Amino acid sequence: MKPSVFEYHSPETTEEALGLLGELGADAKVLAGGQSLMPLLNLRLTAPGHLIDINRIPELRESARMNGTLRLGATTRHQDLGRRADIADCCPLLPEAAVYIGHPQIRTRGTLGGSLAHADPSAELPAVAVALDATLVVRSVRGERRVSAADFFTYHLTTDLDEDELVVAVDFPVAGPRQGSAFGEVAARFGDFAMAGAAAVVRLGEDGKVEDARIVCSSVAGTPKRVPEAEDVLRGQEAVAAVLGEVEAAVARTLDPAPQPKVSAGYKRRTAAVLARRAVEKASQSALRRMS
Amino acid sequence: MNPVVEVTLEVNGTRQQVEIEPRTLLADVLREKFSAKGTHLGCEHGVCGACTVLLDGEPVRSCLTLAAQAAGHRVETVESLAEPDGSLNELQGAFQKHHGLQCGFCTPGILMSLTALFRTTQHPSEDQIREFIQGHICRCTGYQQMVEAALDVSEHAGSAR
Repeated sequence: MKPSVFEYHSPETTEEALGLLGELGADAKVLAGGQSLMPLLNLRLTAPGHLIDINRIPELRESARMNGTLRLGATTRHQDLGRRADIADCCPLLPEAAVYIGHPQIRTRGTLGGSLAHADPSAELPAVAVALDATLVVRSVRGERRVSAADFFTYHLTTDLDEDELVVAVDFPVAGPRQGSAFGEVAARFGDFAMAGAAAVVRLGEDGKVEDARIVCSSVAGTPKRVPEAEDVLRGQEAVAAVLGEVEAAVARTLDPAPQPKVSAGYKRRTAAVLARRAVEKASQSALRRMS
Repeated sequence: MNPVVEVTLEVNGTRQQVEIEPRTLLADVLREKFSAKGTHLGCEHGVCGACTVLLDGEPVRSCLTLAAQAAGHRVETVESLAEPDGSLNELQGAFQKHHGLQCGFCTPGILMSLTALFRTTQHPSEDQIREFIQGHICRCTGYQQMVEAALDVSEHAGSAR
């Protein structure tokens, strides 16, 4: 099918986009990479009166590194997450997860800000943003505010964004010298929507024991699901087989996913738990490598 | 009559101003205004990959791109691949030789994705080839012959045939 009629706006500055959003509010949708919105428009699952295309705004493509933070503009494309050396250097979890996003032909267009604002619980970047403790920079004509990724996702396809607000950038803490991270997911076919996924970020002490860990599962709840029970198991321990087994058990015990067509709740729970264990193991190994 | 906008598109090196509704997909403009009917629309929601074209050299779904978004960018379709004398180019020839297509509906999209791959990687591995074909659905071939065709090009790239 084809989209219904809408008015198309192509602002060239963030201010212009925010003005339009402020004026049009709920009758407008922001078009970033379009890899989720365009299917919804084509299938007429949504029919906004106005489309605000933010692809011609240079500011939203910019990135900057400052004092332990990598700021990536909202329209940074998934392909850039996978290819840019500065991103791999600061946040190796981003390129590792980016290869799971759709296909190469999707990653050329899809954007970081778009994926977060769309807030599909099976998507990779929302889980990664929570695992990395990222902060979203959100702006409207009323001003700018910062929202922690942990607070940004409120429900299935629902975020903390107000109708007039735009995600302009995302701040990622630069990985420390004793930090490791990993991501994994399972889908029916590579590139499809995940049936379950897991991201882990592990920081080791100088003694090689886990100082801090963040474990976040995707596609098992309405939002990316952090699992503090499994993180507690890890703290103060070395990531050896017995501990990893306890991590897996803690994740399996904690998650309470809803079944999906062709994916039972039990499958999601077990798969997420195994993926979390593997991610923690791989993250710990990469932290150890960085230390040696 | 719905409101229309005027946009100038560059398709296969030809610039042309077209009058379109803002909701017009790039794929439809290519087919209807540029007579580039090699770009096929299958699913119209980004899954099948038949409509893949190059936008500034990068493979994109032309069903998930508005024509208005392509203004100021270079679009390349399967029509641009043949040699100036109309004969098949190396990749197309390899598809023919290895039977990389049967009905041919998905072929234009796959050729464009592989074209993008070969521009950045002269000798792609089988894994790299499969990664690019992964974004396409073919109901005839089982993909194997396409991989063989692309591997043939990969092995002979840069050498005279």
